[in-house]
Amino acid sequence: MEILVYGTINSVSLALMGLGFAMVYGISRVPNFAHGALYIVCGFVTWTLFHKIGLPYFISIILSLCVNGVLGILMYRFVLIRVRGMNISEIIASYAIGLAILEGFRFGGFRGMTYTLPVFMEGSLMIGDVPVDFHRLIMMVIGILLVAGLWVFTHHTRIGLALQGMAQDERAALMLGIDSDFMAMLAMGFGAVLAGVAATLILPLGNIVVESGYHVLIMSIAVCIVGGLGSWTGAFFAAFIIGYAQILTVVFIGSHFQMVVALLAIILTLILKPSGLFGQQKELEERV
Amino acid sequence: MSTQESRKERIDRGIKVRSDGLYALMSWRELSYLTLPRFIMIAGMLSLPFLMPDMYWQRVISIVCIYAILALSFDFLAHYVGLVSLGGAFFIGTGGYIAGILNSYFSIPPFLTVPLAAIIGGIFCTLMLLPCLPLKGVYFAIVTLMYPLFMARVIEAFDIFGGTDGLVGIDSFSSSFAEQYFVIGMVLIFLFGLRRFVTTDRGLIFTAIMDNDQAVKASGIDITRYKALAVFIASAMGCMAGACLTHIYMWSGISQFALDFSILPIAATVIGGAGTLVGPILGCLILVPVSELLRDFGTLRIVFYASILVGFILFKSGGIMEFGQRKYEQFERWTQI
Amino acid sequence: MTDPILKTNGLSKRFGGVKALKDVSFDVFPGDVLGIIGPNGSGKTTIVNCITGFIKPTSGKVFFRGKDITGRPPHKIADMGVTRTFQVMRPYYSLPAYKNLVIPLFSPRAKRTGGWRGGGNLGNRQTIAIDILEDIGFERDSYIPFKKTSTLPTGYLKRLELARCLALKPEIIICDEVFSGLSMSEIASMVPLIERLQDEGITIVMIEHRLRELFQVANRVMVLNFGEKLIEGTPLDVMANKKVKEAYFGSEEVEEVMTYA
Repeated sequence: MEILVYGTINSVSLALMGLGFAMVYGISRVPNFAHGALYIVCGFVTWTLFHKIGLPYFISIILSLCVNGVLGILMYRFVLIRVRGMNISEIIASYAIGLAILEGFRFGGFRGMTYTLPVFMEGSLMIGDVPVDFHRLIMMVIGILLVAGLWVFTHHTRIGLALQGMAQDERAALMLGIDSDFMAMLAMGFGAVLAGVAATLILPLGNIVVESGYHVLIMSIAVCIVGGLGSWTGAFFAAFIIGYAQILTVVFIGSHFQMVVALLAIILTLILKPSGLFGQQKELEERV
Repeated sequence: MSTQESRKERIDRGIKVRSDGLYALMSWRELSYLTLPRFIMIAGMLSLPFLMPDMYWQRVISIVCIYAILALSFDFLAHYVGLVSLGGAFFIGTGGYIAGILNSYFSIPPFLTVPLAAIIGGIFCTLMLLPCLPLKGVYFAIVTLMYPLFMARVIEAFDIFGGTDGLVGIDSFSSSFAEQYFVIGMVLIFLFGLRRFVTTDRGLIFTAIMDNDQAVKASGIDITRYKALAVFIASAMGCMAGACLTHIYMWSGISQFALDFSILPIAATVIGGAGTLVGPILGCLILVPVSELLRDFGTLRIVFYASILVGFILFKSGGIMEFGQRKYEQFERWTQI
Repeated sequence: MTDPILKTNGLSKRFGGVKALKDVSFDVFPGDVLGIIGPNGSGKTTIVNCITGFIKPTSGKVFFRGKDITGRPPHKIADMGVTRTFQVMRPYYSLPAYKNLVIPLFSPRAKRTGGWRGGGNLGNRQTIAIDILEDIGFERDSYIPFKKTSTLPTGYLKRLELARCLALKPEIIICDEVFSGLSMSEIASMVPLIERLQDEGITIVMIEHRLRELFQVANRVMVLNFGEKLIEGTPLDVMANKKVKEAYFGSEEVEEVMTYA
């Protein structure tokens, strides 16, 4: 029972992390290696607004989500737009930005374990015989709502369908009048906001440390590769697989294995089915 | 009513044209035009240990060479084979730890641990990277990015090989000069060796894989095998550098998987001139001393490299080597149209 | 009736919602020159990709000399002797022409067979490369094999593509639009080359649009339309077939525009 509950919680948090990356890659085919950095940015901005400036918690969250979105859009507009299409340069550029942000935070004094954010609600309730605190529950609920909402958005609204069109065939979308650069910019902003949402929900459960940025990046990539780069339903399912696998190893083997599990999942996927669970990449083997 | 427009024109210098091919043997002047840059570089590097006054800067030279070997391997993989390795630290750490283990658990002396670490490390890294070789370059970048972070975490979590303290009490090279000349020698050997290699017919296959892998496959060549060979070469180089690093600092630890080793070679390559194989070395000669000077600023260094990297990528500069080569071989003038 | 050297059985390929190939089966017999024709988009290049392993078919099988080669990696298929040219060539423009051949000469098959005209022992690769080029029409005396590839006209580049296949001492060459982009005289000089290769025992499959020239060399022709095989037979049969005319020109009565010498 414990496993079920904790497994689900872990999986949802992984899904939240991976969603932002999956969205950006799925729509604009840009791998955003600054994803982890954007996650941490939201955390630190919220902290600063809440603790240093003294704004109400909720307002801080909203503001920092906006900051994230703007940051994502700016990142695309000024940097990634110039290296669009050149796969390797995109990775290097976004990774470098992510690094600059993360290490910049570290340099700027955001070190140590003292940065925390308050949970949304104190207290806990019992599911079966397992105590689950409210915040985790809220996280799960919001996470599932978010995924459902995204599904509705991409399938039933105009912009959502445009984004899907771009994801499937960029040239065709261009011909239909969908401005791919603008959409990619939106996608990046959106992905940044998603990273921020993940941060908002997950960070209160622990501390805000720069290392989490790298951790989140690796987990997001793991989730997306196992699920298939480009498919966010795949990312969702992959999050559950990896999430449960991690909890199982924690219970049965030891708690150091989380990252090992993630990495093993990636390697296994690459060996067995490189396109991932629901991957739509037909031409995985080099460019055609 | 014609407007006089002029445009900039670049023409090969006279001496370059005169020293093309066999004509280089015409006179000393042509010969020296061709050989002088190389000669200056070799002589310069070999005399560095004497130019540096104190121990601190002599150590810096060794570190420059370590980074230079890593940057060479990055340049080779990225621009001659098409695989971008975002995690040079993986090679350094692997080689460093193997050397450390061989030395502290098995008491093998440095002049053996270094080649052993290079070979064993090369095999290990190639095997670890094997799954992503048949796939698109993105996957290679992703996996190389993650491996250093992963290895550091594993060593820390399982507390093996010394855990967070690392392995201490490792032998160093027999003398400071031996240390420096060994690494300088290695840099020069690798540089000229790789340059020679990529111009041979077999080296051509790598560039072919990068440019047009369909045709190479259709010619009956197993691409994965050649890519694995390239990765082995690059990782053996990196592991050797890591092993040297261990012996220089007499210590092996998690920080050998640090981000520095992943990012600085990339920045050095981009600054120095991508694809030239000499550029990365120049880049390291510039960046490493700068990073030493910035050591007091902590992780600002990484922000600094990252920003330079982004700047160069955006503005597509060809690096110092390209600029230098252009100036050396061509001159510009305005002509009327 | 000899066994076919190459055989496909029910080959189908879907790209998402698009059915590029629908249940295509055909045989190629040793020594044939089989032409594959059809309007644009009929799946001709997809067939080549499926046969030579660049694309995995959704269903169906490909047999070479009776062995199932479906879905094998491209280099293994080339290693067996089934080679292909590419419609869009990307040779090494900055290198001398013969260097382009050095790469195929590094393949295991070239080592085994010694390459075209090679004795069975791979001696100096450069020499063999130049010999192949000379054989295929690059005049050695005019130093053409040594010229920079970017200076060569298209006719020579097309021959270079064929030479790339020859370096493997192939049993089959699948030519993807090898006549395209050539002038009439260039094509006229390519035709004897194709005939010569056929005399040497190589089976040739040609995907073409230039029907007149194709019918000079081909002894059998297969027509594809919308991924399906319309008809297979001698050139005469194919030209007389009403469905073929409809495929190319639409279903109005048209004068027979195509004659062949």
